[in-house]
Amino acid sequence: MHFLEIENVVKQFAGHRALDGVSLNVPENSVYGLLGPNGAGKTTLIRIINYITAPDSGQVRLNGKRLMAEDVRHIGYLPEERGLYKKMKVGEQALYLAQLKGLSKQDARKALKFWFEKFEIQSWWNKKVEELSKGMAQKVQFITTVLHEPKLLIFDEPFSGFDPVNTDLLKSEILGLRDKGATIIFSTHNMETVEDLCENISLIHQAKVVLQGKVTEIRASFATHQYRICSSDPINTESFELIRLVQKNGIYEYNLRKSDSEQNNDFLKKLMLQTEIISFSEVLPSMNDIFIKTVKP
Amino acid sequence: MSKIALIIRREYTTRVMKKSFLLLTFLTPLLFAGMIVVPLWLSNIKDNVVKHIVVVDRTHLYNSVLKNNETYNFDFVDKPFEKVKTENLKKDEKDFTALLLISDDLSRNPKAATLYSDKQVNLELKTYIAGLLNKYVEQQKLSAYNIPHLKEMVDNSRTDIDIETIKWSDNGQDKEGSSELALAIGMISAFVIYMFIIIYGAQVMSGVVQEKTNRIVEVMISSVKPFQLMMGKIIGIALVGLTQFALWVILTFVIAFVAGKIIGSGVDISTLQQVNQLGMQTAVPTSGGNQLQQIFNLLHGFNFMEIISLFVVYFLGGYLLYASLFAAVGSAVDSETDTQQFSLPLTLPIIFAIYAAIYSAQNPDGPLAFWCSMIPFTSPIVMMVRLPFDVPIWQILLSLIILMLSFIATTWMAGKIYRTGILMYGKKASWKELLKWLRY
Repeated sequence: MHFLEIENVVKQFAGHRALDGVSLNVPENSVYGLLGPNGAGKTTLIRIINYITAPDSGQVRLNGKRLMAEDVRHIGYLPEERGLYKKMKVGEQALYLAQLKGLSKQDARKALKFWFEKFEIQSWWNKKVEELSKGMAQKVQFITTVLHEPKLLIFDEPFSGFDPVNTDLLKSEILGLRDKGATIIFSTHNMETVEDLCENISLIHQAKVVLQGKVTEIRASFATHQYRICSSDPINTESFELIRLVQKNGIYEYNLRKSDSEQNNDFLKKLMLQTEIISFSEVLPSMNDIFIKTVKP
Repeated sequence: MSKIALIIRREYTTRVMKKSFLLLTFLTPLLFAGMIVVPLWLSNIKDNVVKHIVVVDRTHLYNSVLKNNETYNFDFVDKPFEKVKTENLKKDEKDFTALLLISDDLSRNPKAATLYSDKQVNLELKTYIAGLLNKYVEQQKLSAYNIPHLKEMVDNSRTDIDIETIKWSDNGQDKEGSSELALAIGMISAFVIYMFIIIYGAQVMSGVVQEKTNRIVEVMISSVKPFQLMMGKIIGIALVGLTQFALWVILTFVIAFVAGKIIGSGVDISTLQQVNQLGMQTAVPTSGGNQLQQIFNLLHGFNFMEIISLFVVYFLGGYLLYASLFAAVGSAVDSETDTQQFSLPLTLPIIFAIYAAIYSAQNPDGPLAFWCSMIPFTSPIVMMVRLPFDVPIWQILLSLIILMLSFIATTWMAGKIYRTGILMYGKKASWKELLKWLRY
């Protein structure tokens, strides 16, 4: 079941085409990565999903139905460029934003209490936003994004400004929200977190989707048949393509490439005949490599 | 609560609770009241020091004429003028304020009196001496004609003509009118509208710029439509303006009343008259009570309910017309410093309007006044000047309808520009670009 379906969306601006026939399907209850270099059209797509701008053609369906203006209350959006009213108090501001999302004042207060306790930031309630550090403000913004329990969450670079401890906290919160039933779209340039969190991705480049699918499948499809083998003794590598050899602490670490036709087991058997194999694993390209390879001309 | 109501409430409360708003709101009426009360008070206390005037009278005719009063003491000396002057020069401590030299018979040579002093002689002293001498010389001349009862005849023939202006109201009734008062009421309300449009228009603009540079709009527009955000801000700030205006009116009355009570015992109306008469030497014998009564009668000649309610309507119309345009400008720029080049085309018509209002006041039914009170960009200000002079009802209605249609048009236009502008960063928009955004 796809929670969000985007079909052939086109958006033309005065000088350029921001989106050119983009289609993607976000499965329910999953984390979906929306990747792409700066200016690829991600923000425009996110704005279309948020009903901020309308597409010139194409359709957006939420839960099988065409996206309507009222649906935005089921969406939580944490924009990349985000801010708060500097002169307002944290609690007041959070209440205000929650009420704009359609929560009653009582419900908003209750939900805020829960999240402020969870993040242990109750003491910030009466502080002015300008007194907060960037990371602290980001935490408040995260809370205001998820407070109204949206079914669809869109995070644009959610970890910028966070230290590793808070990044981990936030990651686990995001996964927790997914487990509770939310569908999450995740836009970032940090490919490590994509590998950590996302099940599916779309890579948008120059207004078009250039790569789409499950993260595991994409990585496998970019595989170069490289294997990392660790052994206690040197191996005779004449019959293989040697890419790299590192020797440390009496262990030999080889990066080898086998021929496409050869089966893994046959390859391993050949090695096992020579020496004691400590470990054997396929080297998959990182999302970072894939990103650069796809986007670079 | 609907979203727009939430936005209005936030815009309103954050502004009204600001220290600067409270300070401005409560200090301005004090300032206004001070501007009226302090000069009165000063005129009341300044005369306590007795000033000495040395008189060298070569004719010896005027000894009895220059009488001492509580402010001025005249000392007649029988020394040559040069000697008095040199004696005075030697002393550090001057023992007189001024030296009056009368060198000849004033009835033959009216320019024979001269007043010397180290400092600029004040007008009051000069007027006082001139008044006494004038009166004396006049009497001398009259008695020289040798006609019995001539003085009484001259006094009798002297009349003060004060032209009363009576305005016919619609049902033919006489109303006492004062064109000076009408002018004052018109100019004051025109200035207040002018000030409010400029001040609160600029507040709308800087509010939009702040939201944009803060990137709070990004968060906001995922919950509310840009138009709601813009209108919420405009309406919220309009309410701030109305609140401030209402507080000013109330506070000014309260302060004026209280100050009147406190100072009223000290300052009587005659002081007021003295101040007035310094300039015009003629003494008009009007008792103070009558004058006040007269002002009240004149004020009754104006339809205040009509003027105040039209003031509110024109203020709102003019504000809405300009505020939405200011919002559009705010949305098009990236920082507060960039607003100037765009806001100039908006402030120019407002400044033009205040000049048009000043000229219209001289001829409230002339073509300039008529056309400027129809053009929506000037009508809120110019019409205020015309209102106390009774504008035909069809003109008021026509100008209000034009104003209303125009602010609907500008708000619609501004909404389109705003919608695109608030999400555009890093690009300094040109006027051409703004027009292009209209078609998005």
